[in-house]
Amino acid sequence: MQDGRVDLIWDILNKVPDPEIPVISIVELGVVRDINFNNECCIISITPTYSGCPAIKTFEDDIKKTLIENKITNFKINTVYAPAWTTDWMSKDTKEKLKNYGISPPSKEVVCPQCNSKNTDIISEFGATACKSMHKCLDCLEPFEHFKCI
Amino acid sequence: MDKNLLKYTIRLGDNCLVLGQRMSMWCSNGPTLEEDIALANISLDLFGQATSFYSFAEKIDAKNSPDDIAFKRDADNFSNCLIVELDNTNFGFTIVRNFFFDCFQFLFYERLKKSNCQSLSDIAYKSIKEVKYHLRHSTNWLIRLGDGTNESNSKVQNALNEIWKFTDELFVLDDLDQIMIRDGVGVNTLELKSEWKNLVDKALADAKLKVPKNTKMVYGGKQGKHTNSFKELISEMQYITRKYSDARW
Repeated sequence: MQDGRVDLIWDILNKVPDPEIPVISIVELGVVRDINFNNECCIISITPTYSGCPAIKTFEDDIKKTLIENKITNFKINTVYAPAWTTDWMSKDTKEKLKNYGISPPSKEVVCPQCNSKNTDIISEFGATACKSMHKCLDCLEPFEHFKCI
Repeated sequence: MDKNLLKYTIRLGDNCLVLGQRMSMWCSNGPTLEEDIALANISLDLFGQATSFYSFAEKIDAKNSPDDIAFKRDADNFSNCLIVELDNTNFGFTIVRNFFFDCFQFLFYERLKKSNCQSLSDIAYKSIKEVKYHLRHSTNWLIRLGDGTNESNSKVQNALNEIWKFTDELFVLDDLDQIMIRDGVGVNTLELKSEWKNLVDKALADAKLKVPKNTKMVYGGKQGKHTNSFKELISEMQYITRKYSDARW
């Protein structure tokens, strides 16, 4: 039976912000896949968003730093590739946070985060980070980023 | 240790690494800011996929880290197909080359998902999501340039005439491919060829481009026989590691 240690680690990691979108945590982003204990050692499995996401190293460093700050020193971080990361893992709350931050959350239909219009146009499939594309709203005319749905 | 699986895995990584390195050369040289970012993003995806393959290679044989595989092999030990190493030349040329390779890579990963080897299958499931974007990007540009002005059409048509001879190498099977197919690990690329041709023909028709006739195909990359500019690419990529062997990121 678990003794609450796993829940504690989830709580700690849920306070680690995404290095590029600090309004959501790495847990909300879906990067932390699993936490369990092998005797006294905490095993944390993480998965990259995109294969070449430069943030993956930062995820690891931030997890290490936060755990050590919380006096947890016996841990191991594993990188797993399956199941492949998907934006389907993001909760409604997380998507709402993205929208309030000005990023159109992942959805089949792109919606302007400023005025909620669906009348938008794509500028580029690729944005400032691998996970985002660039768009403009044809109603309020504001440019915005969309979190790609993969 | 399964030497064949090791070699095959590194080969798959080589295609990604070498095209990724070519794409990185567009960084700060793209025709527009958006395109600069797009090509750099594609480069990152490809480096990531190469890292996935090389990390699996390290699990097969702990002697070599992914960095050793990328930075400590000589040019003739790379087994990528020639098409990915061709000079970027100009934006149209890059688009045509990437389009041919993206079509291939998409179909290839679709099959690799069914590999008996769980690790290769996992990498395929992850990577294909990225390749879908690459393919859409290169297809859109191919049509835009081909069906654009006379000048843009002639530039991409010239590029196509030059690149076509490197396309067949993507599909030919060597002994290693045969063994991997027999074991249920590798992809029978011969079976992809007609699907690839259909994808290509459809886009080329939209782009008002034609496939050149009577082309003598060129092979050699898988056997380590590379083009001249490849040695420059490798020496530039490996420069720091070779000069400062204990350099750390």
